[in-house]
Amino acid sequence: MAPSSSRRSGHSRRAQYSLFTGYMVAIIGSLIGLALLAVSIWQPQWASGLRGGASDVTEPVGQTTAVARNESKSFVESIQGYLSAGSQNAKLKKEVELARIKIAEGDAVKQENGRLRALLELRQLDEEPVTTARLIGSSATSSRRYAYLSAGSRDGVTAGMPVRSSRGVVGRILEAGRSTSRVLLLTDSQSILPVRRAQDEVVALAQGRGDGLLNIRLLNLGLNPLKVGDMFVTSGTGGYYRPGVAVGIVSKITDEGALARVVADPAAADFVSVGEIWIPEAVVASETPSDEPLNDAGAQESNEEADPAQRSE
Amino acid sequence: MARPSNAPLRSDSYSRESMRSHSKLRAYTIPYLSIMLGSIIPTLVFASAMPFIPPMGFLMLLTWRIMRPGLLPLWIGVPLGAFDDLFSGQPFGSAIFLWSLAMIIIEFIEARFPWRGFWQDWFTANIGAVIYIVMAMFASGALPNLHQFTASVPQLLLSVLLYPIIARMVALLDRLRLKRFKDVS
Repeated sequence: MAPSSSRRSGHSRRAQYSLFTGYMVAIIGSLIGLALLAVSIWQPQWASGLRGGASDVTEPVGQTTAVARNESKSFVESIQGYLSAGSQNAKLKKEVELARIKIAEGDAVKQENGRLRALLELRQLDEEPVTTARLIGSSATSSRRYAYLSAGSRDGVTAGMPVRSSRGVVGRILEAGRSTSRVLLLTDSQSILPVRRAQDEVVALAQGRGDGLLNIRLLNLGLNPLKVGDMFVTSGTGGYYRPGVAVGIVSKITDEGALARVVADPAAADFVSVGEIWIPEAVVASETPSDEPLNDAGAQESNEEADPAQRSE
Repeated sequence: MARPSNAPLRSDSYSRESMRSHSKLRAYTIPYLSIMLGSIIPTLVFASAMPFIPPMGFLMLLTWRIMRPGLLPLWIGVPLGAFDDLFSGQPFGSAIFLWSLAMIIIEFIEARFPWRGFWQDWFTANIGAVIYIVMAMFASGALPNLHQFTASVPQLLLSVLLYPIIARMVALLDRLRLKRFKDVS
């Protein structure tokens, strides 16, 4: 369709002026946008209040779609369940028997663990979560990976807290609004998490690639000891996450380490729990520049405590 | 093409227009509301590990701009982009900048190629969407790597294929926008 004639200014001074003003406003607006973009990249937190307010407003809709999403998923799963009920039943019975035996063994180990822990006067590993909430949405169009959580500062959530589902680590709170908060998912390319292999002390950094996989980079160079199927868990280094929570499973070996799939896929997570920052002093210590003294002498100690992987070397 | 608003009233067995009138509210709000809805909807769909929902807000803006030249003012990218930035997860300012830029560029191109058809529209919208997604990747605050480009291929393909559907939706909304409803007062 050709542009309507009203958009050609012709000889009318007034039309020329209004067209010119339109262009000027658009150009100045885009320049302001560019300036805001530069400020946002330099200081990512400055618009968090605005964003928090906006996602607080859309929270009820997000809750509804989250519920609908989970219901429809379980509906499909229950139909699939009918189709393979017989053979699955037999298999599960066998598994349950084995699992009962393992549980009994596990109880014994737990008891022994508790006794040894009491001897060493270590604090309890299991902590009550700050809150549990639903993931109500995500930045599905942007190349950054954020999710929105239906709990905010009202529920005691603050920036930096780790978020996990029943399967493993999901991510970390980036900014908290009143009733919602934004989560930096593990797969975001700016997310780096210290991990170790579950069965031994092979330490590595897990960095998101932005395409749903994690890049596992080994800290100790040398022969690559990883195998496909290795499980990586948090090492507790850095102080944000408590050690021993599942992160990823190695799916492909690379030169500098491996590629891993995330254990707790946010798309499959129904409810997630927000926990306290594992060792807040360590986080403070790690954010203090190395040429500045720490205010609290205890903080330095706990930073080293939070680093079992390095201590063992 | 829609009839001009000052056309004589139609009255036959298919449509009666006497006693029916346009609503200013609908005529002026539907384009903006539909674009804003396009900005919000992708955030609600699900929590995915990869970006693969097309940027619906931007596609709605492009389609309204292409199908109804002159309806959206040139500077509309600033307020609508600011709204989109609140939800998209991009750094604040990225959509303000990119949407305004898109509006200005389309304005320039349209002055050179005034006569267009559906296929050219689709072509223009595709180029616009692909450039937008790639530029948004650069504006996201993280240095883009090769894997991110690979990961965004499904999103690019969906954006390209979605244009005819969005064009139909916008046409439907446009008819609703200018529909005459019974006005008793």
